[in-house]
Amino acid sequence: MMRRLHHLLAAVLFAAAAPAWAQDAPTPPAQRWSFDGPFGSYDLAAAQRGFQVYSEVCSVCHGMQFLHYRDLAGIGLTEDQIKAIAAAVTVPQGVNDQANRAAHNGALPPDLSLIVNAREGHADYVYALLTGFADPPPGMQMQDGMNFNKYFPGHQIAMPPPLQDGRVTYADGTPATVEQMSHDVVTFLTWAANPEMVERKQIGWRWVLFFLIMAGLTYGVKRKVWADVH
Amino acid sequence: MADSTAAVADHGHPDVTKRDFLKLVTGAAAGISAAAAAWAFIDYMNPSRDVLALSAIEVDLTPIVAGQGITVLWQGKPIFVRHRTDKEIKEAEDVQMSQLIEPQPDSQRVKAGHDQWIVLIGICTHLGCVPLGNKPTDPRGDWGGWFCPCHGSQYDTSGRVRHGPAPLNLFLPPYAFESDTKVKIG
Amino acid sequence: MAEQHKSEFSNPLINWIDTRLPIFTMMQKEYGTFPTPKNFNYFWNFGALAMVTMMIMIATGIFLAMNYQPNAELAFGSIQHIMRDVNFGWLLRYVHQNGASMFFIVTYIHIFRGMYYGSYKSPRELLWMIGVVILLIMMATAFMGYVLPWGQMSYWGATVITNLFSAFPIVGKPIVTWLWGGFSVDNATLNRFFSLHYLLPFVLVGVVFLHVAALHVVGSNNPLGIDVKSPQDTLPFHPYYTVKDSVGLCVFLLIYAILVFFAPNFLGDANNFIPANPLQTPADIVPEWYFLPYYAILRSVPNKLLGVCMMFGSILILFVLPWLDTSRVRSARFRPIYRQLIWVWVVAVIVLGICGAHKPEGIWVVLSRIGTLYYYLHFLVILPILGKLERPLPLPESISRPVIGGGGPVPSGATARPMEKA
Repeated sequence: MMRRLHHLLAAVLFAAAAPAWAQDAPTPPAQRWSFDGPFGSYDLAAAQRGFQVYSEVCSVCHGMQFLHYRDLAGIGLTEDQIKAIAAAVTVPQGVNDQANRAAHNGALPPDLSLIVNAREGHADYVYALLTGFADPPPGMQMQDGMNFNKYFPGHQIAMPPPLQDGRVTYADGTPATVEQMSHDVVTFLTWAANPEMVERKQIGWRWVLFFLIMAGLTYGVKRKVWADVH
Repeated sequence: MADSTAAVADHGHPDVTKRDFLKLVTGAAAGISAAAAAWAFIDYMNPSRDVLALSAIEVDLTPIVAGQGITVLWQGKPIFVRHRTDKEIKEAEDVQMSQLIEPQPDSQRVKAGHDQWIVLIGICTHLGCVPLGNKPTDPRGDWGGWFCPCHGSQYDTSGRVRHGPAPLNLFLPPYAFESDTKVKIG
Repeated sequence: MAEQHKSEFSNPLINWIDTRLPIFTMMQKEYGTFPTPKNFNYFWNFGALAMVTMMIMIATGIFLAMNYQPNAELAFGSIQHIMRDVNFGWLLRYVHQNGASMFFIVTYIHIFRGMYYGSYKSPRELLWMIGVVILLIMMATAFMGYVLPWGQMSYWGATVITNLFSAFPIVGKPIVTWLWGGFSVDNATLNRFFSLHYLLPFVLVGVVFLHVAALHVVGSNNPLGIDVKSPQDTLPFHPYYTVKDSVGLCVFLLIYAILVFFAPNFLGDANNFIPANPLQTPADIVPEWYFLPYYAILRSVPNKLLGVCMMFGSILILFVLPWLDTSRVRSARFRPIYRQLIWVWVVAVIVLGICGAHKPEGIWVVLSRIGTLYYYLHFLVILPILGKLERPLPLPESISRPVIGGGGPVPSGATARPMEKA
C-alpha cells in the first residue's frame, strides 16, 4: 500500500508541475547563460555590451532606479569610464508616470533594475520576449497600438520591438544582431538584478563543503560517544 | 564510558588523546565557522557602500573669490573653505608663536603653493558649535577669521584660536588639491 | 535570610554566580544530565532545529531592522539598499527570507513526529497545545513579515487575507478598518505590521520556554510510545543528544546553505520583485508555500465566512487532537491501521498545498474540496473511531529491552502483556 501511495504522490506532483500563470503563453525556451548553475559567473564583456544596449535603446523609456553609476564597477568598468558615463547623462525635466504612460500607449514601461527576477522564466523569458516579436498569426485581432509577441502573456504588448539588427554599434566589433543584443542586455539585466551572485556562489561553495565535512565529522563523534550504548 | 563523559564534562580541557582528536578537530571547526558567521554580522554594521561613496567629496573652487568663504558638508561635518586675500595671508604668516594659545605656524595649516586656500573643519574646539564667518554678513571676530557665538571663541585667518574659551585651533580635514580649481576632501 | 543554594562548580566565578542565581545548575539539570530516552530516532532532532532556526531568524531580523524603513514609500527601496549597498546585506536578507521556509519545514516535521508517535497524548496534552500556540504565532509573524518588502504580493496578499475578516457579520468591516488603520492596506498597516513583526518573535521565545518547561515536567516521549521505566531506559542529554543533534544540525545547515547561496528565490514569488501597486492586481495572488494548504481550504468553500472558519478551524482543531484520538496506544509503530492512515492525511495536506498554488477552477476545486473533507474526516471521524476499533500490536516491556544487544533475552510473558495506558 505504501508503494501505491508513493506512486500516487509522484503522479500528483508531476501533474502539479505546470504553474497556473504560464497557461496563456508558451514556456520560453531554455538558453545557455554564463551565470547558469552553481559555478555560474557573469560574462563581463557581454554585460558591458548589454549596458551599451540598455543606455542607447532601453533607457529612453525604462528607468533603472536601483542601480547606481558606481555599481558599474561590478561589470568591469573603470572609475574614469564610470565618471564619463555619469557626466554625459542629463536628467529629463518634468517626467512623471502620467506623461510616461501617455507616451507609451497607456502602459508604464517598468523599471528594469529587477525585471529578470520579477518575471517567471527569468532570463530565458526576457530573452524570448525581446526576440519574440513577430507578425500576428492570420485571423488574430490586434488592439490599437499593440504589438504581437510570442511569449508575452496574452500575446499583445504595448512595447514596439525595441531591437533591429545593427541598432547598436558594439565597441568590440561584435556583430549586433537582435539575438546578440538580446543576449547581452539580458546578461546585463541579470547582473543588475543580482550583482552579488558571483560572491554569493563562491561563499556558498565554501559553506556547503564545510557542512558536508562537518556532518561527517560530527557523525564520527556521535558514533564514538554512542559506542558503548549500541 | 565514565572516562569519555568525564573528559568532555571538564569544559574546554579535554585530554588530547587519539580518540579525542576527532572531538578537538570538530570543535575547532565549529568555532572557526561561528567566527566566520559572526564576521558577517559585524561587517554588516560597517558603513555601507553608499555611505563610503560619500566619504570623499570634490569641491570646485572657481566660484569662490578672494575674501569669500563657503561651507560644504563632509561626513556630516561642516567644512570651511575660504579664499584668503593677500592681506589675510600676510597677517596669518606674521603672527608670533608666543601670541598663540596653541602655537602652530600658518605654513603647517595650508598646502604648499595653495596658501590662499584655508580648509578647516568648522566645529569650535570648545564645545562643538559651528563658528560664524563664512557669510558676508557674519561677524569674523577681532582677528578676521571666525567668531563662535556660543561662548565667544575667536579664530584668526589661519583658523587658529586667539580668544578662548576654545583650547585648540580649528582642525584640518584630510584634503588634497586635484588641480588649482578643484580640491578633494577626504 | 533564606538558605543559600549550594553550588558545586569547580570554577569559582561560575560558583559565585550560581549560588546567587542558579542558572548553571539549571542548565546542567535541564540540558546536561537530563534523563532522555535512549531510543530517539532523528525525528527527535527537529525541535532543537526549530529553536536554532528561531535564534537565526531573530539575529538576522534585528540586523536587517537596522536598515529597513517601515514606510510605504521607502520600504522596497530600503531592501534594495540592504541587498546592494550594505556589507553582507544580501546574505542576511536571504538567510532571513529562506529561514522562514526552513522554520516551517522543521516545525511541520516536528508536528508530524508528534502526531505519528502520539506525543500529544496524556500527560503531554498541554505541551502539545502550547506547540499549537507556537505554530499560530509563527504564522502571524511570517504573514506580517512577508508584507514588509512591500512588493506586489506583499500588498495584495495582505489585502486578501485582512479582507477575510470582513466575512464576520456586523463586526467584520469595522474590524478590518481597525486592522488596516485606514480604508485599505497602506502605510499605517505597514508600520504596525513592522512593530508586531519585531515583537512577536520575543513572545515566541517566551512560549517556547514554556513548551520546553512543560516537556521537562513529564520528560520526552520516544519512538515506542511507552513510558520510561527505569534509569536504564535513559541517557543523559549531554553528551549523547548534544552530539546527535549536532549531526542533524549540520545536515540542516547544509540544506539551508544550498537554498541561501544557490537558489535564494526558488521558494519565493517573482511578483514580489515588483513594487506594490494598489491599482494593479497580479494575475495570481498566492501566499508562500507554507500557507498553501490553508489557502486551498479557504477557497474550497463557496461561502466566504464558512471558508474563513474552515481555514482557521483546520489549525484550531489541532488543539483538541489529544481528545479526538481515543487510542490508548501512543506510537503509530504499534497501530497498524493508523500508521497507514496518517500518511493518507499527509498526502491530503500535500494535495491541498498543490491546489493552493493553482487558480481555483476545474480540477483544482474538486481536489481541494476532497482534500478539505478528508482533512477534517481524519480528525473528526477516523481518529475517534479508530481508537476504539483498531487492534494495536503488543507493546514491548520497556525501552531498554529492545535496544540493548538487538533484542536480548525477552521474558516469555512480554508478548502477552496488556497494553499500556496512554
